[in-house]
Amino acid sequence: MNYSQNELMIAAAARELQGARVAFVGVGLPNIVCNLAQRSHSPNLELVYEAGVFGARPARLPLSIGDPTIVTGAVSAMGMADLFQLYLQRGLIDVGFLGAAQIDKFGNINTTVIGDYQKPKVRLPGSGGAAEIAVLCEKILVITRLNKRAFVPRVDFITSPGHLEGGGARKKLNVRGRGPEAVITDLCILRFAEDTREMIVTSLHPNVTREKVQENIGWEVRFAEALKITPEPTERELELIRDELDPHGLYSR
Amino acid sequence: MNKVISMQHAIREFVHDGDTVAIEGFTHLICFAAAHEIIRQRKQDLTLCRLTPDMIYDQMIAAGVCKKLVFSYAGNPGVGSLQAFRRAVEKGEPRSIELDEFSHFGLVARYLAGAARLPFYPLKSYSGSDLPKVNSQIREMQSPFGDEKIFVVPPLNPDVAILHAQRADENGNTQIWGLTGVQKEAAFASQRVIVVVEELVSESVIRADPNRTMIPGLIVNAVVVEPFGAHPSYVQGMYDRDNAFYVEWDTISREAATLNAWLDEWVYGLNSRAEYVEKMRARLEKLKPGDAYAEPINYGAYT
Repeated sequence: MNYSQNELMIAAAARELQGARVAFVGVGLPNIVCNLAQRSHSPNLELVYEAGVFGARPARLPLSIGDPTIVTGAVSAMGMADLFQLYLQRGLIDVGFLGAAQIDKFGNINTTVIGDYQKPKVRLPGSGGAAEIAVLCEKILVITRLNKRAFVPRVDFITSPGHLEGGGARKKLNVRGRGPEAVITDLCILRFAEDTREMIVTSLHPNVTREKVQENIGWEVRFAEALKITPEPTERELELIRDELDPHGLYSR
Repeated sequence: MNKVISMQHAIREFVHDGDTVAIEGFTHLICFAAAHEIIRQRKQDLTLCRLTPDMIYDQMIAAGVCKKLVFSYAGNPGVGSLQAFRRAVEKGEPRSIELDEFSHFGLVARYLAGAARLPFYPLKSYSGSDLPKVNSQIREMQSPFGDEKIFVVPPLNPDVAILHAQRADENGNTQIWGLTGVQKEAAFASQRVIVVVEELVSESVIRADPNRTMIPGLIVNAVVVEPFGAHPSYVQGMYDRDNAFYVEWDTISREAATLNAWLDEWVYGLNSRAEYVEKMRARLEKLKPGDAYAEPINYGAYT
């Protein structure tokens, strides 16, 4: 079966949602991932969109996270004040799924600026709901393509906190969320070491070497002793991605 | 009281140079018709508030009407960057703009405080984030009822809010369904309110379904009737989001020259939204969704 690295990444990311009950859906790649999970192994997964929807059943892949298809057939459509206060801050969301322009070895995410905040080299979109999702969802999953520009030792700006300086730093924040649990990329899956909370490679995608992964990470990355090979996407997953969710290949080619 | 006036009239009377303006609508109900009229009237030095500046403020920034932006996510949703916004921030073109940056929840909280006339609003966000370091309006305080520390943000009270909706009566009683975003909070927070609707209905239509009323005529200064006034954004049940245009905008806005040519053709070159709709007719007709009706509900007659 032929598949692209992006298709494998999307399918692998969706599998991370098995067993989750309520997921907060971020903009971009997380959107296709959460919709794939709902259409394959997790039909009862409740999708929450910051635009003000709980229990979405999108009939098409929403291009933006405020698409009308997330409203029609949803359990509840509401104002954003209710969504953020009564669903997110109240503590009803298990998993927040985020993208990242820049992420560091402790899972801190930057979507604000590259360079100095006052005189940015590149001005990125900013937080959106990510700063609160990062501390108020029970756990965080991140999906982003692996490359040296994105995976840096320290982010230029912490928009959404991960494990901060590592170790017990995040515990001191005293927030509900335990922080990032896994980072799913187009080459491998990374998780966080129990003690140091540093990102380690736990699964290589088929035909990807350790060297290739290291070339695309901006620090000397560690590999888990029990390094796994990521399972390939199934025919059904590929069908859903290609025929239903991303027929134009915006995310998956 | 009949508050129905034209868009030209509403913008001339209620939006002034130097005003703080909120044209809200989260993906849904973004009033491009009002933005284009503000650009045509060449308003100056506006402080523009929106959770997502979106293509609408990208156009206003490119046209030079914006002095300062109060926002929480400046991207083209599902597509990428806002190019005019980036040129203004990274290069100061066509002019540099000040940024007042929050997260979505933080800006929602600012509207809530503004709407309820509170001095601040507490929220459990910003722990561990660098945002409070670059915005002194995000502050941490001790709870007066325990050991907990909590972040607070100040009220946001725009001079004028412009809010698109499905329907209103001539007095400005306004009903919205679908994503309601911060339409209600932005309206109550602002000194003046312009509602722009797809459809003008009689007061009896509003009174038959009071749960759907988001904005009462009590706080509305003007009602503008402007079908397709939210295109290329959408109106639930009436027309779909023109996603293709959001993708095209990425190309149009890459260079200031192509963006300006677009503004010449579609904003400066037209006198009204009606002319835009006429020129865009074939494209707009393709955006009509199928039907998905709710079951009628019974409010009961109690005499």
